[in-house]
Amino acid sequence: MDKVLFGAMPYVLIFTAIVGAIWRYRGNKYTWSSQSSQFLENKTLFFGSFPWHYGIITILLGHIFGIFFPSAILAWNGVPVRLYILELTALSFGFLALFGLLALIYRRLTNSRVKALTSSWDVLILIVLLIQVVTGVLNATMYRWGSNWYAGAAVPWIWSILKLNPNVDYVASLPLITKVHIFNALIFIGFIPFSRLAHFVVLNPYKYLVRPYQVVRWYKRTPQTENIVQYK
Amino acid sequence: MDIRAQLSMSFHMDKCIGCHTCSVSCKNVWTSRRGAEYMWWNNVETKPGAGYPLTWEDQERYRGGWEVSGGSLRLKLLKGPGKIRTLANIFFQPNLPTVDDYYEPFTYDYQNLFNAPAGDDQPVARPKSLITGEFMEKIVLGPNWDDDMGGSPLYASNDPNLKGLSESQKEMLTKFHKLFFFYLPRICNHCLNPACVASCPSGAIYKRGEDGIVLIDQDTCRAWRFCVSACPYKKPYYNWANGKSEKCIFCYPRTETGQPNACAHACTGRIRFVGALFYDADRIEDVAKTPDDRLVEAMREIVLDPNDQRVVEEARKAGIDENWIRAAQQSPAYNLFKKWRIAMPNHPEFRTVPMNFYIPPLSPILHNAKAENGGTFDPESTEFFNEIDKMRIPIRFLANMLSAGNEQVVLESLKKQMAVRIYIRQKRVGDIGDSKAKSVLSSVGLTPQDAEDIYRLTSLGTFQERFVIPETHREHMTTVDPRTMYEKRGSVGFGQKKKEFLGRTW
Repeated sequence: MDKVLFGAMPYVLIFTAIVGAIWRYRGNKYTWSSQSSQFLENKTLFFGSFPWHYGIITILLGHIFGIFFPSAILAWNGVPVRLYILELTALSFGFLALFGLLALIYRRLTNSRVKALTSSWDVLILIVLLIQVVTGVLNATMYRWGSNWYAGAAVPWIWSILKLNPNVDYVASLPLITKVHIFNALIFIGFIPFSRLAHFVVLNPYKYLVRPYQVVRWYKRTPQTENIVQYK
Repeated sequence: MDIRAQLSMSFHMDKCIGCHTCSVSCKNVWTSRRGAEYMWWNNVETKPGAGYPLTWEDQERYRGGWEVSGGSLRLKLLKGPGKIRTLANIFFQPNLPTVDDYYEPFTYDYQNLFNAPAGDDQPVARPKSLITGEFMEKIVLGPNWDDDMGGSPLYASNDPNLKGLSESQKEMLTKFHKLFFFYLPRICNHCLNPACVASCPSGAIYKRGEDGIVLIDQDTCRAWRFCVSACPYKKPYYNWANGKSEKCIFCYPRTETGQPNACAHACTGRIRFVGALFYDADRIEDVAKTPDDRLVEAMREIVLDPNDQRVVEEARKAGIDENWIRAAQQSPAYNLFKKWRIAMPNHPEFRTVPMNFYIPPLSPILHNAKAENGGTFDPESTEFFNEIDKMRIPIRFLANMLSAGNEQVVLESLKKQMAVRIYIRQKRVGDIGDSKAKSVLSSVGLTPQDAEDIYRLTSLGTFQERFVIPETHREHMTTVDPRTMYEKRGSVGFGQKKKEFLGRTW
């Protein structure tokens, strides 16, 4: 069972995500959107969107940092005070994300305009995200110290997957909640290109910081150039 | 010098009767789709009035446009030193208008009129929301909700252009015999320094180099909604169903083939003029930074004289086609805005350097003068020039709306319009005196030929005189693949045909 869930499924879902993203980007770019609903309701959204995004982005960056620098985390955690600081910070961002997510779900259930625009994909990803955040917070509170064994057990497993040599032993002995957290993360990756989650893989906003304000497109000057009014 | 061409529309406000034919033709062509029902790329507002969306001119509320801070130009939206502050608001935008600032799109339950069972009462068609599909208790806002409500304390008194008027002056606006109102038709200004383009994190919005039309690349838009917040005119609209922003496209499929825009073509009052302008793109930033009182003048300076041989040579060097040069030389936009100086931009103080121009209306002034003089005032007399300086309220209002508060710019235009009327009246009726009519004309800086031309264009202008639109050389185009034109017929607005897959439309 573990072999299927943590040995084979990662490849299936990552493959789905990549192929799906290419398919959607090439075939139907028009639908690639964050599908913002702030235009319809913006009071509850404030309490949902801000905490959710800032919470989850911090947590996600922490996870990604751990994948690349597991030893740095272990070294940091060598001193108990530093371990507590890391765990507490991570947990509070986790709660921030959870609070935001619950506010967003509440908004989607109660606001008739937002509800009318909710697709089944939206429901599905909200469920997946809720499972992910709840199991994450439970992991952090029930099985201490998560940052340590994330670096010690989960990261080697991730690398074994990425190196195309899956070693299920790393995760086989983890508690059920942690396993749910990991498998659910894989499902999440698989869903990205098919839902509004696609909005977070676009790299465009980061370009904004370096480009000049104005964008001019010419259709006649060949090769086609982006001729720009030069000031920032 | 970096010469570029720009298509520009001008509006003769005195001639606008507020019939909304322009809005309806625009809606029928472009926005009769789900998610776009509430959008009016072209709309006509009653002024004084709250406008659409409500109080859009109030940039303390919406923070649209630009401001000069420490000698440099920056988006008002940013509030801080850099673009990073903008991106920090990507998840929630404090200044975004919501659908309630426009109106909730609705239809009526017409079927009930046919299907209601027999009863004592007449069946009614209840309003139904087009967003939720549920019945609406009450319609509280709709398109042109404050139409013709010029003196209304509910709407007119909320007009942001009334700033600078004292309370007693505002009070006068509601007095019946002094009440005035007029119409402000609005489309996207296709600015030289567009705030929507500058705010888009995706880089989806762009200005076309060849004709200056500002467009949103529908495939690149990711619904970050910054354009809606940043545009001080609130002319990009958010399509809540598709999750894309859309805006007035200056009917580019029509102008590319030399046809006027749907709104301009449909205009029953013939108040609209479309033409090409040449401008110097190197000077955009300087113009946008000009202090309020000289803004309109700076905008007139950036527009280049297409009859100047040096300008023509530079234009040829810049690759502008001969038909565009010819069109610019006959451009009504150039004549109205720069040559005769009777048209001016809408809210230049937003510093986006808008490229649509308005001829301010004489009617509020004349109406006021009549009221002051017990109804016996003959407008087409030289008395007008003594009276006009007393008309503080309408002049202040027009200056707030059209010249960043510079009353001289508005006065110049109004006096010129009246001088033309007097000159033509002398020609047709002959009761003013030839020398008097000519001296009035020269006192406002017009020659008899100018007066004839203004009269010709604004009163008798033919289709070809009002719309001088050069065709675009589509054979050089790289953005539109003519081979896919046929496939794209019948698709929903712009964007691709919707596909059904995995139980949802993509």
